[in-house]
Amino acid sequence: MNWNRKDLLGLRELSAEEINFILETADAFKQVGTREIKKVPALRGKTLINFFVEPSTRTRTSFELAAFRLSADVINISASTSSLTKGETLKDTARNLEALHADILILRHSSAGAPQFLAQRLKSSVINAGDGAHEHPTQGLLDMYTIREKRGNIRGLHVVIVGDILFSRVARSNIFGLTKMGARVTLVGPSTLVPREFEKLGVSVSHKIDEVLPDADVVNLLRIQHERQRKEYFPGIGEYTTLFGLTKERAKFLKPDCLVMHPGPINRGVEIDSEVADGLQSVILDQVTNGLAVRMAVLYLCGGIAT
Amino acid sequence: MNENEHTASPTRTPIMDAEAIRRALRRIAHEIIEQNADLRSVVLAGIPLRGVEIARRLGEFIREVSKVEVETGTIDVAMHRDDVGTRPELPVVHVSNLPLPLEHRTVIIVDDVLFTGRTVRAALDAISSFGRPARIQLAALIDRGHRELPIRADYVGKNLPTATREQIQVRLQQIDNEPDAVWLFKE
Repeated sequence: MNWNRKDLLGLRELSAEEINFILETADAFKQVGTREIKKVPALRGKTLINFFVEPSTRTRTSFELAAFRLSADVINISASTSSLTKGETLKDTARNLEALHADILILRHSSAGAPQFLAQRLKSSVINAGDGAHEHPTQGLLDMYTIREKRGNIRGLHVVIVGDILFSRVARSNIFGLTKMGARVTLVGPSTLVPREFEKLGVSVSHKIDEVLPDADVVNLLRIQHERQRKEYFPGIGEYTTLFGLTKERAKFLKPDCLVMHPGPINRGVEIDSEVADGLQSVILDQVTNGLAVRMAVLYLCGGIAT
Repeated sequence: MNENEHTASPTRTPIMDAEAIRRALRRIAHEIIEQNADLRSVVLAGIPLRGVEIARRLGEFIREVSKVEVETGTIDVAMHRDDVGTRPELPVVHVSNLPLPLEHRTVIIVDDVLFTGRTVRAALDAISSFGRPARIQLAALIDRGHRELPIRADYVGKNLPTATREQIQVRLQQIDNEPDAVWLFKE
């Protein structure tokens, strides 16, 4: 396959072949992490700007480390340190960054579509690191990479995604990616946060976790985003845990080879019990390690093509 | 490697057939045995795709002759190239796999065609990220000349003087699903 995208905006627009190509490329970069010298010269001389208008630690750090391992130079800009607070528009900020000859722009933004807006206007590569409730493509890719690594394949597996689907970009990227790769996806959560509308995306919707868990090959628990919750949507923490939390009692109903995933940061005791998060079926830390490999692959592919 | 690949061209001249390739690799295997008193310290590191297959075959010949099982590995060079972003097609990266540690070992880089030497330079760089071998050697099925770097092969199957514009194509049954052969393409 010949990769020809300068940007990664979402998994919705990628083909199964392209997703597979990214995952295979990530295999090679995962191996780099086991070497004595964990650094390759592939993006030497390129400049990457981590532009995070919304706070993030793990995604920004992961992109930063991925860029270091590819020998790119990295600058971090966060919302509080940028001139957005002085009233500069997103486009002007980005054009200024491009005038500094930035080759790759990693953007996290609270508005859906912000990365696409910039990708159409800039020569630089634009990588979406999460835009509003729209997509978080590298998270979707690292989740799929982890499933493929642990289970050998994605096709035919039943993946259950639990939580606040309505406001979750992680869920959307997973839904687009997993359905393309041939997985069966069931979304679980309160009807306010998991409306039936989602069935149009080719997935099942359930409001009863206990009916779904015994048939799951993968359970992906989304973080309850306190900062986004409003009373009318959300039942309350205690009630949520009672109805949808992966407690240690519920975990007994999982198949022995079912994977337990979480994009982090974990609210222990809310969406998942500590015993389950740290248990044998948990691949939560594998997801973190794999995120680095997947982001190296994405930076190599989007940042490495001739412009 | 990709730089030597070509699919269709007006004139195609056969350079080596399956038997010639077999004899050339067998001879290289003998030379490796002669040059390396301690064969157990040798690692045959193939460059994807065809170098990996050639390394495997060399390992078989060495085992037939000397009864020593030489370790083989894969050394990917794509992410160590110095021309990423300047070629129309991005080189595909493959998983590298070498027996570790490399200290006190002799790593023999194996590729199908030796041309400018830039692939080998990238391989040297890649190997050093795994450790510090005692020695690194180079084996190639074809040496077609036109070096752009101070690199030479320790083991060569066939020296083939070529013009820069000509193309060499190596075909191996296990990789290409067609009979073993080496072809020369002219414009």
